[in-house]
Amino acid sequence: MSGALDLSPGIPAARRRGPILGGDPLLAGLVGLVLAAALGLVLLPPAPYLVNTVGQLAAFAILAVSLDLVWGYLGILSLGHGLFFAIGGYVCAMHLLAHAYAVTGTAPDLMQFMGWKSLPVYWAGLTSAPYALALALGLAAAVAFVFGLASFRSRVNGVYFSIISQALVYVAMLLMFRNDTGLGGNNGMTGFSLLFGWPMGAPGVVTGLAVATLLSLAAVLVGARALVASPLGRRMLACRDDEARLRTLGYGTTRLKLGIWCLSAAIAALAGLLYVPQVGIINPRVLSPDLSIEIAVWVAIGGMGRLGGAVIGAIAVNALKFWLSAAMPEAWPFILSGLVLVVVLGLPNGLLDLATLRLKPNWLQRAGPQP
Amino acid sequence: MSALVIDSLEVVFGAFRALDSLSLAVDPGEVRAVIGPNGAGKTTLLDAITGIARPRSGRILLGDGRDLTQASEAEIARAGVRRKFQKPSVFPALTVRENLGLGCGPDCPARERPVRLARALAETGLEARASVPAGALAHGEKQWLEIGMVLASEPRVLLLDEPVAGLSDDETARTAELIGALRRPDRAILVIEHDMAFVEAVADRVTVLHEGRTLFEGAMAGARADARVIDVFLGR
Repeated sequence: MSGALDLSPGIPAARRRGPILGGDPLLAGLVGLVLAAALGLVLLPPAPYLVNTVGQLAAFAILAVSLDLVWGYLGILSLGHGLFFAIGGYVCAMHLLAHAYAVTGTAPDLMQFMGWKSLPVYWAGLTSAPYALALALGLAAAVAFVFGLASFRSRVNGVYFSIISQALVYVAMLLMFRNDTGLGGNNGMTGFSLLFGWPMGAPGVVTGLAVATLLSLAAVLVGARALVASPLGRRMLACRDDEARLRTLGYGTTRLKLGIWCLSAAIAALAGLLYVPQVGIINPRVLSPDLSIEIAVWVAIGGMGRLGGAVIGAIAVNALKFWLSAAMPEAWPFILSGLVLVVVLGLPNGLLDLATLRLKPNWLQRAGPQP
Repeated sequence: MSALVIDSLEVVFGAFRALDSLSLAVDPGEVRAVIGPNGAGKTTLLDAITGIARPRSGRILLGDGRDLTQASEAEIARAGVRRKFQKPSVFPALTVRENLGLGCGPDCPARERPVRLARALAETGLEARASVPAGALAHGEKQWLEIGMVLASEPRVLLLDEPVAGLSDDETARTAELIGALRRPDRAILVIEHDMAFVEAVADRVTVLHEGRTLFEGAMAGARADARVIDVFLGR
């Protein structure tokens, strides 16, 4: 992964072979846990709804890791990562509908709604799963590339970048609400009946999806760890802390930021792609700005700049949300806000601070640059 | 032949003319000090050389004829120009060794890297702190680390922005010694400083800036005797 992203010369290949998970026991433990969970789902399958929940949580964890890569390690706060998640999700939904249409001959709902005789031309080829996968990741990376190139070249940083990323996801939501896009409009896409020829609801398919998502999470974690532990990862941290300084040491930062930004978008798309068949629906709500902000909240609560923190945050917040939004839905926004306040005031490094049990919060010394 | 040539440089911020057809040539092996009252354009000059501020007109040339006027910050740095910032600019999340490694620059040959790292650690006296995150260093240590980062690239043009600001007399004396040791026949050093005693100790020649123009150029003793310099800067 880091080999393909080696954006600058001069770093010998041998130095990139650092400890992969050795330097981060928390992450090594999490990867072990994720793999054990995957094995557990296969050997001792619990109730299907639980399997499904685990799979969804793992998809959110992948999404959180994708944001942590750019926010925690590169200092780029995206409030529009839902866009890339949605690209993965929409392409996956298109594949599922196109596949079922090809196998069963029953036209998808959106064709019937619009009175179309066939699917729009850009659905061509989506019956092929490998093409759908490549399209999802490639399209997300391409959108990220165009947006990133425009922003990073003109040195749009900080809150300005965050606000523009938020606007971008909002624009995408408005676009997807239109019914004539051929992507389901405000109803979105649902009614997925087949996955690789298997009926969607079958226990084997549910377990398979959850296991695939867990394995993807483990792979993303190992790959992301290899990236941040490499010389490129050190350059990311340097860029996060003082981009101007890094440039005056001879390193172009635009390519570095653009490369990681596109990678992050592709990982977010992977998360969306794995998420949609598990929930059985995608609609423009996934592009709503508050969902994108929530991704940043998961990462902040778990602890940014620590890949393990993103995973813990995504899983903890969403598990709580699954439970509470059924038990007492009206209380959920208050609980989430309360959690954010606790983290901002007391645990500046997120829940990971609890592990070190710092009695005195260190936000005072973090408030500004060292004297 | 000069190592660095500034040719009628003009930098404008809105209606304010920070540098007004300023010309300056620094020889290889020379230590040049640029002094002047606040607002004279000293830091703007360094910003223009390092590509942070864009000149409206004029040129910035290296000894080999390379034109840096429109080059990016990274290109300028790769051409051998390094700057020590006024406030210590190190990367707090990285260790001392990793900071120095970045200081070597992207073009450093792999074989040379360990040699340069070891030398930079020795020169800055930070060997024992090599694995400490730079954010945990004391102020003085950060200054030294940044000097080490800048030196690790073996720059041909070295720009020092108020290197002794906020340092004790003792540390100032040590820094003056260090700058003496940095002097090399193939290296030009440009120092911006307020501390006159320090400038007198390190510089071969001084350039006095006033309102973006050169008021005086020559030996420090000459500057002290120059009526106009006394008027605007040193005071009677």
